[in-house]
Amino acid sequence: MRSEILTRRVFVKGGACALLATTAAPMLLVRTARAAEGRRRVLVAVFQRGAVDGLAMIPPYGDPAHASARPAIAIQPPRRGDTERALDLDGFFALHPALAPLMPLWTDRALAVVHACGSPDVSRSHFDAQDYMESGTPGVKTTPDGWLARALGTLPDAGSPLRAVALGAALPRSLRGDRGAIAMQSVRDFDVRAATSAAAPRGFEALYEQGVRDLLHGTGRDTFHAVKAVRTAGAAGLAPAHGAQYPRTRFGEAMRQIGQLIRADVGLEIAFTDVGGWDTHVGQGNERGQLAVRLQDFATTLAAFARDLGDRMADVVVLTMSEFGRTIGENGNRGTDHGHATAMLVMGGSVRGGRVYGRWPGLRVDQRFEGRDLAVTTDFRSLFIEVARRHLRVAPAASIFPGWTPRAPLDLFA
Amino acid sequence: MRAGLIARPLLLIAIPFALSSCGLAPTRPVPAAPAVSSAPTSAPTSDAAITHLLSRITFGPRPGDLERVRSIGGPAYLEQQLHPARIDYAPAAEVVGALPTLSLSIAELLQQYPRPDPALLDRARAGEMSQQEPATMTPPERRPARIVSELAAAKLARAVMSDRQLQEVMVDFWFNHFNVSADKGVVRWYVTAYERDAIRPHALATFRDLVRATAAHPAMLWYLDNWASTRADFVIPQGPNQGRTAGLNENYARELMELHTLGVDGGYTQGDVREVARAFTGWTIDRPREQGRFTFRPAMHDIGPKTVLGHRLPAGGGQADGERVIDILTRHPSTARFIATKLTRRFVADDPPPALVARVAAVYQRTDGDIRAMLRTILTAPEFYAASARRAKIKKPFEFVASSVRALGGTVDTRGAEALARAVGTIGERLYQAEPPTGYPDRAEPWINPGALLARLNFALHLSGNRLDGVRVDPVALVRGADRTRPDDVLDHLLGTVLLGQATAGTRAVLAAQLEDARVVRKTADDRGPADTDVGLLTALVLGSPEFQRR
Repeated sequence: MRSEILTRRVFVKGGACALLATTAAPMLLVRTARAAEGRRRVLVAVFQRGAVDGLAMIPPYGDPAHASARPAIAIQPPRRGDTERALDLDGFFALHPALAPLMPLWTDRALAVVHACGSPDVSRSHFDAQDYMESGTPGVKTTPDGWLARALGTLPDAGSPLRAVALGAALPRSLRGDRGAIAMQSVRDFDVRAATSAAAPRGFEALYEQGVRDLLHGTGRDTFHAVKAVRTAGAAGLAPAHGAQYPRTRFGEAMRQIGQLIRADVGLEIAFTDVGGWDTHVGQGNERGQLAVRLQDFATTLAAFARDLGDRMADVVVLTMSEFGRTIGENGNRGTDHGHATAMLVMGGSVRGGRVYGRWPGLRVDQRFEGRDLAVTTDFRSLFIEVARRHLRVAPAASIFPGWTPRAPLDLFA
Repeated sequence: MRAGLIARPLLLIAIPFALSSCGLAPTRPVPAAPAVSSAPTSAPTSDAAITHLLSRITFGPRPGDLERVRSIGGPAYLEQQLHPARIDYAPAAEVVGALPTLSLSIAELLQQYPRPDPALLDRARAGEMSQQEPATMTPPERRPARIVSELAAAKLARAVMSDRQLQEVMVDFWFNHFNVSADKGVVRWYVTAYERDAIRPHALATFRDLVRATAAHPAMLWYLDNWASTRADFVIPQGPNQGRTAGLNENYARELMELHTLGVDGGYTQGDVREVARAFTGWTIDRPREQGRFTFRPAMHDIGPKTVLGHRLPAGGGQADGERVIDILTRHPSTARFIATKLTRRFVADDPPPALVARVAAVYQRTDGDIRAMLRTILTAPEFYAASARRAKIKKPFEFVASSVRALGGTVDTRGAEALARAVGTIGERLYQAEPPTGYPDRAEPWINPGALLARLNFALHLSGNRLDGVRVDPVALVRGADRTRPDDVLDHLLGTVLLGQATAGTRAVLAAQLEDARVVRKTADDRGPADTDVGLLTALVLGSPEFQRR
């Protein structure tokens, strides 16, 4: 049964690729050529906090149990020419209609989906599951640093104070660990505003230059180096390129500014941001509604980012993640409770897009995890390590996920 | 009674503390306190110890606080703070009284601060007007956003000016523990009442009362979706969803155990989550957009028997099922440990000393969760006064902003309080808008990063330069008595009043070096010596110093 589904998907996918080969080839060539120049590669990690419903993002409409599991909230299967329903990806999976802005990236094979992806840990706690995903050590709470900080630590350091930047109020767990990662809410405001006297910035800098080794002083020293780098590069003044229009939302603003930092060549290697509102226990909606509004913002922003960066996307991969998925069945309030596996997206770089990766576990009750949730068939670490190795070029021997040995690769990248 | 409460801790004063804090003597065994408890206790007698106590149970000392506490004694001050009703609260009350939404009921807020017309929202959704436009059709003073702005302003006014400091610290702590976000649906209209009626009255009382009050408050019922959770086969009798079958929603049940009581490793299962959710079916909201009152609806309730953490709840318990669950959870040893850990983390250190946590947990169990008793245990513990605990906590943005204004002896009006609340948000703590049910973290790492540090420095410059509308500070008053033509003297006065002498030698040296800068110390016209010191700028540097980021 499972292999039959898989075969059919590959077959349909193969057909789609053949059809699109003529339009996709030039873009692929551009991407490969750019990457070959050896320009610094960038990973943009996007955390969908609150546990996004992968079954709504990427509905598996070909699964016979799909429609019946979700009488009120299942996304209607695709119908040619109807943009109000799910948009077909490969004959089995589809895209939520609110994710339509991502469709050109899919057809351009710049976007891949990894479905039924998640953590081997069974926790349905947002906090614990986010912590495990960001530390990269499911079930272990004592890991001091984050997986992205460890990845950064294995890469050659060209000396930029802005190698890793999180757009947001706090440094995320993924980037903690004394690797000089920077958090900022706004590129424009990332400076000392000394209206009265230029003596103030110098004084503050001196206060944190003292040779004290602690979090506060270390952060202070990093801060003033980074401030100068951002100022020198003129990142704050860069308008979106190629007519890209970011939504004026928090997520849109965060991605727009990550785009500025990349385009200003400040030496960025890892960027991180997060976007919330996915904990849809009540009235999640279907083609329209609460979740659709969030997805619309999500997709419009990602599409604007790809457009803004243009050819530069050859060096940039966007990886989306969420701590777990949601129940296969809808709950009593046309919402979904905390589940297990979800769907993650990989966009840009040399990704072999236009495909849904991972083995599909099925939605039938006997196929579910604990009888209720989508089973995890791809450990999130399998996805993350592949992005780190194949895109960021982290050395194969480097230990980013301690105590874990990668299985067969997904083969996401060309 | 009153005298007894103050006198008891005085009996427990441990001499070793004062000596060891000066580094003169190793800690000696504490004499056993007869008849009360064998637990070790300590009390603040030195200036350094009083400063430490002030930095933890208040939002930072104001000028003169150290002297005031020294005169009545640290233990007496602590007992006062544990009984806020005995403390005058006038200056803050005046500002809060000028904020109209603070005293309104939920129904009044829903009526007087209405949502934009749904028809307009539809037009915005259809693209006929911008997303912002519907809100602008209402006059600014009647927009729902006012509710949260005023609530945040009240929080800042109280933190800066109320003398009931420990109460404000605990209201902040418990709100965060039982977090709800004003950004989720109708919670915006409920959040004022939630803090006022469910959190504040119980902030220094009994833990069970907090759980009970939050469980039955419309803000929590909405935020964690329990209002909509029903027995499996419940058919909605009326309204837009009439005829539809509803069912269970696990959200509140899970967070009640994970975040409010037992803790994530407290020993519950997914099965317990379902059973607790069943017990709370029927705990709902009467007309959420008109009345917003708690009500129990028997028709929604699952009347079957339940088993929660091994305890049997017989069939037909009705509303009492939820009450019974609260009893089971609040009497559980995991809850005692979890609450003890969080309280000790707030007052002592990010990684709280295990022995103290164990003692506080024991007090929880012995006193049925008496918050005052737990606080007294923490705030008289040798671990609390240990050298390793001094300035060990990083101020979160709210604490940093409030303590800055307090350190400068500042006052605020309603506009100023709102400006401060906005500054807190800019530094990373959007008040009443933490989205996840975990609230904001109480550890250093999330708050210390370059963007947030710059925001702190910029706030220090704005405040010291008196550039925040409605906030009045007078840095020059801090150095009264200092010779303005002697920059060193000015600096030492400032370090004395703002950092209470706790600047490191390194920081003092850096600040002294700034005095060489002609922009900090203006020279006389004939360039023969210092004429005047830019006290505002020096003050900003002190507020931005590493020491001032700590408490």
